[in-house]
Amino acid sequence: MEPVTTTSYIVLGIALFMLLNSAALAVYAERRVAAFIQNRWGPNRVGPYGLFQPIADVVKLLLKEDVTPARGFKTIHAIAPMIPVFTALMTVAVIPFGDGLYATDINSGVLYILAINSLGVYGITLGGWASNSKYSLLGGLRAAAQMISYELPMGLAVASCILFAGSLSFIDVVNSQEVWWNVIRNPIAAVIFIVTAFAEANRTPFDLPEAEHELVGGYHTEYSSMKFGMFFLAEYMHVVVGSMLITTFFFGGYHLPFAGLWLPEMGVTAKAILDVSVFVLKTVFFAFLFIWVRWTIPRFKYNQVMKLGWKRLLPISIFNFLGLAVIVYFWHHYIA
Amino acid sequence: MDYLHDINAFLPGVIVALAGLVTITIDAYKNDHGSIYGLTVFSLLAGLILSVMDMFGPVGEAFTGMITYGGVSAFGSSVVLFGALFCVLISREYLSAIDHEYGEVYSLLLIATAGMLGLVSANNLIMIFIGIETMSICLYVLAGIIKGQKIGAEASLKYFLLGAFSTGFLLYGMALLYGATGSLYLTEIAEGASSDLLFIAGAALLLVGFFFKVSAVPFHMWTPDVYQGTPTTITAYMATASKSAAFVALLIVLSKMIPAETANWAGVIEVIAILTMVMGNLIAIVQDNIKRMLAYSSIAHAGYLLVGLAAGTPEGYSAVLFYLFAYTIMNIGAFGVVAYYERQQGLDFTDINNYVGLGFKKPLMGVLLSFFLFSLVGIPPFVGFVGKYLIFAAAINAGYIALAVILALASAASVYYYLRPMVYMYFKDPHKDVPLVRSGIVFRSTLVVLAALTLYFGIAFGDLHNLLSSFYTADWVTHLVGQ
Amino acid sequence: MITYIFVFLAVLAVASALAMVISKNTVNSALFLVLNMVSLAGLFLLLKAQFLAVIQILVYAGAIMVLFLFVIMLLNVEDEESLFSRFRVKYFVAFLVGIAVFSQLLYSIGSFSEMLPEVAPEMTEAGTVEAVGEVLYSQYLLPFHIIALLLTAAVNGALMIAQHKIKPGASND
Repeated sequence: MEPVTTTSYIVLGIALFMLLNSAALAVYAERRVAAFIQNRWGPNRVGPYGLFQPIADVVKLLLKEDVTPARGFKTIHAIAPMIPVFTALMTVAVIPFGDGLYATDINSGVLYILAINSLGVYGITLGGWASNSKYSLLGGLRAAAQMISYELPMGLAVASCILFAGSLSFIDVVNSQEVWWNVIRNPIAAVIFIVTAFAEANRTPFDLPEAEHELVGGYHTEYSSMKFGMFFLAEYMHVVVGSMLITTFFFGGYHLPFAGLWLPEMGVTAKAILDVSVFVLKTVFFAFLFIWVRWTIPRFKYNQVMKLGWKRLLPISIFNFLGLAVIVYFWHHYIA
Repeated sequence: MDYLHDINAFLPGVIVALAGLVTITIDAYKNDHGSIYGLTVFSLLAGLILSVMDMFGPVGEAFTGMITYGGVSAFGSSVVLFGALFCVLISREYLSAIDHEYGEVYSLLLIATAGMLGLVSANNLIMIFIGIETMSICLYVLAGIIKGQKIGAEASLKYFLLGAFSTGFLLYGMALLYGATGSLYLTEIAEGASSDLLFIAGAALLLVGFFFKVSAVPFHMWTPDVYQGTPTTITAYMATASKSAAFVALLIVLSKMIPAETANWAGVIEVIAILTMVMGNLIAIVQDNIKRMLAYSSIAHAGYLLVGLAAGTPEGYSAVLFYLFAYTIMNIGAFGVVAYYERQQGLDFTDINNYVGLGFKKPLMGVLLSFFLFSLVGIPPFVGFVGKYLIFAAAINAGYIALAVILALASAASVYYYLRPMVYMYFKDPHKDVPLVRSGIVFRSTLVVLAALTLYFGIAFGDLHNLLSSFYTADWVTHLVGQ
Repeated sequence: MITYIFVFLAVLAVASALAMVISKNTVNSALFLVLNMVSLAGLFLLLKAQFLAVIQILVYAGAIMVLFLFVIMLLNVEDEESLFSRFRVKYFVAFLVGIAVFSQLLYSIGSFSEMLPEVAPEMTEAGTVEAVGEVLYSQYLLPFHIIALLLTAAVNGALMIAQHKIKPGASND
């Protein structure tokens, strides 16, 4: 572990600020893209192109009455919405946004991400339970089951990237993709990871915890005002974080394609600007993918979600991991 | 690291573990009990032959000192595999008769056996812990395979909760021992042993965990309920293989890790031994259920074994090893005959009162039960007598006269409850005529072989005893030199 | 500074453990257990065992406790009744014996260790993923494999107990 420097604080501050705002932007983007896909206008009244719509939304949420279920569990009801926000914010601590631009480089950064991710489910589950409503409870239970099921293939997909990096540090994971992105070396895991990232963010086609025509609003049925806003914020932050993770693990992080082969040496500032913009562009693309999929693909049935997770993705990811492990072993020992 | 050498040293365990995994796979895809059973028997037999051969081989360490092979470990492995093999042989007929023959039973038995093999060869606290856990978790499940009946669920749940609780003690003891000495290897702990409080506290907690596993009084409460609720042949496995494994591990820990000079445990074991013998025998006297009676008898036998450990001499240790073997033979036999009666329809044959007149109906089973019960009492020329005599002699020679006297008195008291079923079988008239189903050929011949072994080792015990004392003393000497 | 963090985490760990046992609501108990795990992970971090800390959160707090919560919520477990609704001599004796054993243990541990000994510099290396992996696949190879076996058996056994009706001989698809 390196000592904490001023850069760390600056990067962390900017990243947190950007992440919080990106959620608002993602909300706007979702509505505009949805409208575009459905051939209508979407929000276009507040500010130029409706850009101030998220601010109006937040104001609306703040002004609403905060209703707490009378027979619910008040403390947990209040704490629950904060948990997913916290976990989403905690992930940026280890993501490298550019060469040397990261808050901290911990030796087991990948595990840290998985651990933090796995804590996020508490918010939804507890929120569902504390509301004292059967729809909420069902939503919360679905969320718990779904996230546990998809954590395993996600972990194994990530593990097969570790085989190439030879380290659990994010910096090494990104640097190992300087020439070959992991999506080229390891396409199966990339697909699995993207699918599981959708499931972990509870996005369509995996948004069963809040399936509105079955469960009213799922786990946030009984939430209103800013508590609901927190869940809303967390969902879009998870979209952004998921996109960042997809970028980092499989699409070379801040590296341009095959950057190691052709990219000339540059000054520190130029490199930093290039890196960050490449990273942001990729993240934006995957955030767009999240939205795109949501308005294209219908929701799964619950048994299909479980079947996909346990009977398809898990075995595939295990065999993919084993096969790659053998190949990498022989590559290192006999060819390279 | 020389993997081949290591794997060779733990070959019985490797074979049994692999067989366990293969049986799980077969069960998942084919559900063919015949091949599962055949594979189980074959692997246990192969393991038994290998570990018996290992007894005559050299002594050494493998897997970076995690386990030892040869000597005591090999003998422990042999006893465990012997117990497992014979339990499996009598299990199939009994389990299919009570309609509970599942493929998982064999897989779990195999994996539990692999855990026990790790336990009896352990040379490191980690191995001891993992061995005990592997064994126990499989047994928790096996205790509850009779579902839909309160008694099975009670057995499983009680065993699980109390077992988990005692594991806590065991683990805490290990943690304190590690804190006190900075090592997990038994011999290194012995070198770092001191009489400071932390070491003693660790050793005490470790012993508590072991006392639970060998069901010594006052940690015996689970035994009768668990033995009663578990299918009888599985009970035989619990009472013999798992108990032998735990005892061998306790013996290894006491002899290698906690030298009597630093931690004065002989007094503790003495008290526990007296309590166990007296309580076990006294409560057994009032039992009407034969499985509970055998459970208390197994508690009493744990007491006799603890006498040998309290003696703390090479003689005592080799006597304990011999007794474990003897106990395994006769207890599997006794449970086997009980299993035969129990599966008959019509009457509740776990109640001793219903054994009236059974001796003449099926003469073979009657004679076999008498053999095993006489052996359990400790009457010559059966093997139980030799075992008890060796422990008695070891206690006398080590100067524990009081212990030896109590042992003799307790055995005398045990005559009552061991002979009671026989009195019912031969000297009372049957009050209801119940047709008895004939037992299968494998079942019958397994029991006959066991009965023959009780006689054989009761008469020609010299070779085995010499072997045990020879490698134990050799072990002992290297241990002392090592210090 | 480190001492203060240690005291904070230690108090949190003990308090949450106590709260877990005392709390009557099962969901609350489970949540206190999660808090306990997290504070333990913090203590591991203070000891420079970062791998262990992350795994503690990933496995216990993130996976096992979520399943616990799942089961508690699914079964809708009622609040448990007070254990000590009636006074019995048995409980009192058990309490006294427990206190006696506990204080003996505390005394023996207290006589041995300082409050927060310095972490040796080489320990920072021992807590990394690489070091743990190295030891796991060399020195502790056999226990590692037996644990794998143990977990397989546990899963197998749990499935067997959980199945409602297995017909011996019938093929399971």
